[in-house]
Amino acid sequence: MRSVMFRFHVCAGEIFELKAELNSDKKEKKKEAVKKVIASMTVGKDVSALFPDVVNCMQTDNLELKKLVYLYLMNYAKSQPDMAIMAVNTFVKDCEDPNPLIRALAVRTMGCIRVDKITEYLCEPLRKCLKDEDPYVRKTAAVCVAKLHDINAQLVEDQGFLDTLKDLISDSNPMVVANAVAALSEIAESHPNSNLLDLNPQSINKLLTALNECTEWGQIFILDCLANYTPRDDRESQSICERVTPRLSHANSAVVLSAVKVLMKFMEMLPKDLDYYGTLLKKLAPPLVTLLSAEPELQYVALRNINLIVQKRPEILKHEMKVFFVKYNDPIYVKLEKLDIMIRLASQANIAQVLAELKEYATEVDVDFVRKAVRAIGRCAIKVEQSAERCVSTLLDLIQTKVNYVVQEAIVVIKDIFRKYPNKYESVIATLCENLDSLDEPEARAAMIWIVGEYAERIDNADELLESFLEGFHDESTQVQLQLLTAIVKLFLKKPTETQELVQQVLSLATQDSDNPDLRDRGYIYWRLLSTDPVAAKEVVLAEKPLISEETDLIEPTLLEELICHIGTLASVYHKPPSAFVEGSRGVMHKRLPAQGTECPDVGNAAGGSAPEAAPSIIPSQGDLLGDLLNLDLAPPTTAGPTPSTSGMQMGGMDLLGGGLDSLVWLPAMKAKGLEISGTFARRAGVIQMELVLTNKAMSVMTDFAIQFNRNSFGLAPAGPLQVLTPLGPNQTIEVSLPLSTVGPVMKMDPLNNLQVAVKNNIDVFYFSCQYPISMLFVEDGKMERQVFLATWKDIPNDNESQFQIQDCHLNSASNKLQGSNIFTIAKRTVEGQDMLYMSIKLSNGIWVLAELKVQAGNPNYTVSSGTRRDR
Amino acid sequence: MIGGLFIYNHKGEVLISRVYRDDIGRNAVDAFRVNVIHARQQVRSPVTNIARTSFFHVKRSNIWLAVVTKQNVNAAMVFEFLYKMCDVMASYFGKISEENIKNNFVLIYELLDEILDFGYPQNSETGSLKTFITQQGIKGQTKEEQSQITSQVTGQIGWRREGIKYRRNELFLDVLESVNLLMSPQGQVLSAHVSGRVVMKSYLSGMPECKFGMNDKIIIDKAGKGGVTNEAGKSTSGKQSIAIDDCTFNQCVRLSKFDSERSISFIPPDGEYELMRYRTTKDIILPFRVIPLVREVGRTKLEVKVVIKSNFKPSLLAQKIEVRIPTPLNTSGVQVICMKGKAKYKASENAIVWKIKRMAGMKESQISAEIELLPTNDKKKWARPPISMNFEVPFAPSGLKVRYLKVFESKLNYSDHDVIKWVRYIGRSGIYETRC
Repeated sequence: MRSVMFRFHVCAGEIFELKAELNSDKKEKKKEAVKKVIASMTVGKDVSALFPDVVNCMQTDNLELKKLVYLYLMNYAKSQPDMAIMAVNTFVKDCEDPNPLIRALAVRTMGCIRVDKITEYLCEPLRKCLKDEDPYVRKTAAVCVAKLHDINAQLVEDQGFLDTLKDLISDSNPMVVANAVAALSEIAESHPNSNLLDLNPQSINKLLTALNECTEWGQIFILDCLANYTPRDDRESQSICERVTPRLSHANSAVVLSAVKVLMKFMEMLPKDLDYYGTLLKKLAPPLVTLLSAEPELQYVALRNINLIVQKRPEILKHEMKVFFVKYNDPIYVKLEKLDIMIRLASQANIAQVLAELKEYATEVDVDFVRKAVRAIGRCAIKVEQSAERCVSTLLDLIQTKVNYVVQEAIVVIKDIFRKYPNKYESVIATLCENLDSLDEPEARAAMIWIVGEYAERIDNADELLESFLEGFHDESTQVQLQLLTAIVKLFLKKPTETQELVQQVLSLATQDSDNPDLRDRGYIYWRLLSTDPVAAKEVVLAEKPLISEETDLIEPTLLEELICHIGTLASVYHKPPSAFVEGSRGVMHKRLPAQGTECPDVGNAAGGSAPEAAPSIIPSQGDLLGDLLNLDLAPPTTAGPTPSTSGMQMGGMDLLGGGLDSLVWLPAMKAKGLEISGTFARRAGVIQMELVLTNKAMSVMTDFAIQFNRNSFGLAPAGPLQVLTPLGPNQTIEVSLPLSTVGPVMKMDPLNNLQVAVKNNIDVFYFSCQYPISMLFVEDGKMERQVFLATWKDIPNDNESQFQIQDCHLNSASNKLQGSNIFTIAKRTVEGQDMLYMSIKLSNGIWVLAELKVQAGNPNYTVSSGTRRDR
Repeated sequence: MIGGLFIYNHKGEVLISRVYRDDIGRNAVDAFRVNVIHARQQVRSPVTNIARTSFFHVKRSNIWLAVVTKQNVNAAMVFEFLYKMCDVMASYFGKISEENIKNNFVLIYELLDEILDFGYPQNSETGSLKTFITQQGIKGQTKEEQSQITSQVTGQIGWRREGIKYRRNELFLDVLESVNLLMSPQGQVLSAHVSGRVVMKSYLSGMPECKFGMNDKIIIDKAGKGGVTNEAGKSTSGKQSIAIDDCTFNQCVRLSKFDSERSISFIPPDGEYELMRYRTTKDIILPFRVIPLVREVGRTKLEVKVVIKSNFKPSLLAQKIEVRIPTPLNTSGVQVICMKGKAKYKASENAIVWKIKRMAGMKESQISAEIELLPTNDKKKWARPPISMNFEVPFAPSGLKVRYLKVFESKLNYSDHDVIKWVRYIGRSGIYETRC
């Protein structure tokens, strides 16, 4: 301990000496002393006691000395705020210096001193420097705004620095532009909803111009900023892509990767049949390959990104398998990543080459690498069916090498191959059994036991083999114990005569002598099954197993999309969203790829087309919400076929009124690691219910379910927790109904009735979105008084009204059915042979919708005019 | 952005520590030392996350450079920056060693202050940095000089300062290629590619505008189509064009111009720099072919015969030829006979190393060896690593030819003809292996 203490505390004598030197008259001596102080500071010694003496040296025309003193100030100002004030005058004076280097230095350093009193004094000089005639000072001042924002965001806003910074985007000097972009991007990150960068075609054009002229680093800032922009249409997207592609030939890999990010993102918007789309795909491959000739650390970053790109767009690199072949002296982290990509690119066309390579790798030195190579061979077998046979024989060759970890790894993957291609390669079992004794890892032992149990009828001495494991039953890991229990039960069901003793032995070991509840439970289940109904036991235990899927390690699509938006950054290296490793508000913003064909179908035009007399598209004055409600939900059906009465009001194929709605699959099992969610919505006794059907299609038990909604148009939110109390076992299904309230946070969605839902379980969090029938939101007290109705109807301005045609309807039960859905008929009258129905609806958020239904006798087409009003 | 930069010696002692962001505490310095430098196992990744703080590191000899951050930074940029930082330091004080860093720590702090601001990389071109960051201190700058410095640092041509003068305008072009090959025992090419670099040393006055031309297939084809008859005639008669898979350029090259016209134009930095890198995979001239023949005679003897054939013009000479033939681990003795050069069995490297100083084109040479083996019960078969080769040839295996490098300097009184130009081609072996 003593020695450590000594290191960090400069002894008093030394401080005293330095003090004397700092106050010396000789310039050289002063400078040497400051250097000594900085040296002590670097190694972590506390030299803050010298603060006043060092600050005294600040008033100098020697730039080098000045820089040293500034460095000291940046380190210690925070611990000595009162004394730091002494430096302010010099800073302010330096900001007026005729030498631009000194002006910039002063403003740069001041921004690094996080003392409130100093920041107060910083504002005026900073304002001047932002408008300095010298670009060097301006580019430094631009970054300084970001610094100041980090210390005191309010101050920056109050002083109007953000506007000045925005102006700098149009600066004539490219480096000033680049730094302004960097600063604005950073500030914008902490205000996710502000439109700070205000990217529009004009500003994008400015950025693209600066891109050609600024330093390599500036190009990165600009490209990273561009990647946050969403082009208006595919034409704009293409023109940006065209101007970004030259960057792919830059010597700086970071510029290349950032350009790839922009292209990957904007490509989403291009129609696939466009010639340019194909050209772009072709242009992306060579630069990605070139990244692999960079230094190893960069290769690693590039490979992690290529891994994502290959998952998103496999076509880009499908012909480039060879460049991912591992070189003998690649660092291990490069080797492992290359291997991953090789498997992803493996296909029928190149499998022979891949296998030959993998076989080479399996003889290398690094244990992790060899294991991964062996596993990769197994994955190839599962992925490319035609190669399975060759893979199996390669694995057998490897088992012959008798290298312990190779054998174990091979057995684990062969088990998976058996699961994928049952009853095909059992001939190899004999070879596997020979290696039984050398297995010492639980995973390999469990795999081997599984194989023996599964194919017990073909292994003559299966009972002996399993018995040999039984001896040390209690020393085995749980994984092996469970597997052994199941294997012996399987064996018993297949060869009941000679193995009765064995099965009794294992059952008693599992149930009586074990502390492990899982094992005990499984033991008892088997025991009871076997003792009550052996036929049922056979059906249960020897049931046909589902085949395993080929790509188990793919990144979940929504995460993949987010990561594509983060190409080049740490997120893409970790394969995790920034929120997983960044603290605070930064990076919480989820980025998403733009969707292709963003133009919304124009409802107004459609209405005009099918029914010329209907009102053209209405632009409501009461806010977009109402307009959308009408446009979306009452859009006339364009199908000509007969539709049942009122449900003729269709909405994306869904019944508007929600009656008899089939439940839809919202979240397929493939996307959610085996959890499938389907469901519908209903309104019962005034309560909105979300009826969910959860099905576990994975192999393991799911627990800890929870649900959350994103903000939505009508503030829907779960009124209680998701009631899944029992764990959901494999292939089990549970129906839950979740009461919803309408008091949650509101945000307009597109389409209006879209609901984004997150469901969590013990495995992961899954996201999906669904649409609810709007009728669910019609409340029970939506029946308006006649008088009120009349008054309101007149009250509603014309441009709040819209008309639609509903074809092929029959009045018979319309009114009743409508009432069942809380659409109330207020009055009915007959005018000129037409039946007029007046109806009112009230939405959960207090919006009234009044409707007039015009029915012509003998004509099954209805005309609906409706108006809306917000209830106060 | 970058939160801080630390430099450590091999023991993990901090030589330089510069923190740019408030979220990085002093403990970050120790966290990296404990978890990476002093880690028991080999480092498995150049990026490490320790307690929500990310560390990027590169190693130069026994010096560790680490960047630390808590944000989602551009990882590729961080590494590019670290390499650049190494280049800048090397050009200031030579090799990056503990001693040099300790002796120049004031300079390094000054550099770090200039090229990183709040964690954002700024101008990092040594050419311009050296104009105002000097160890002598800048004295007596006139106002013009100062504004010249700042306009250069922030300007479009940050890599070259104005007012450079040479009595003799001269430039050297080196086309350096490394040819990589993996061949099957039957002589089938499994993979082959050339990665090349064009390195330029320019000693030119003023701000010269340069244009570089090579026998790139796309350009030659374009010129041919363009209807310039004599040009087209030339390209078919003698010069062959090559297909370049991909190339990257120094930041001085105007990329948009390359993209649209495929012409390489630039204002070069002063002194030595890398103009471009490229990669080709088609029609590579493989300077040597290795024909292996391995025969196992019983369990204790191997007979190896290797023939190498040189495959280029007889007038050219290859140099520094070295063939490395791996031998099994249980080798007890080796007898070698070779027609040319010297061959030796190196037990420590488990290989026979055959060296030939020079060899002309279209020749062949042979080595035969008898390897005696100790009998072992090791069931594991010998994996037969590939035979590798090293050499140097005075031509470009990709077939790349420099067609011209034109220099224009309108303000000074020298023309393209006055510039003395030198071109040199060197082809070296990269990973050049033949399986046996």
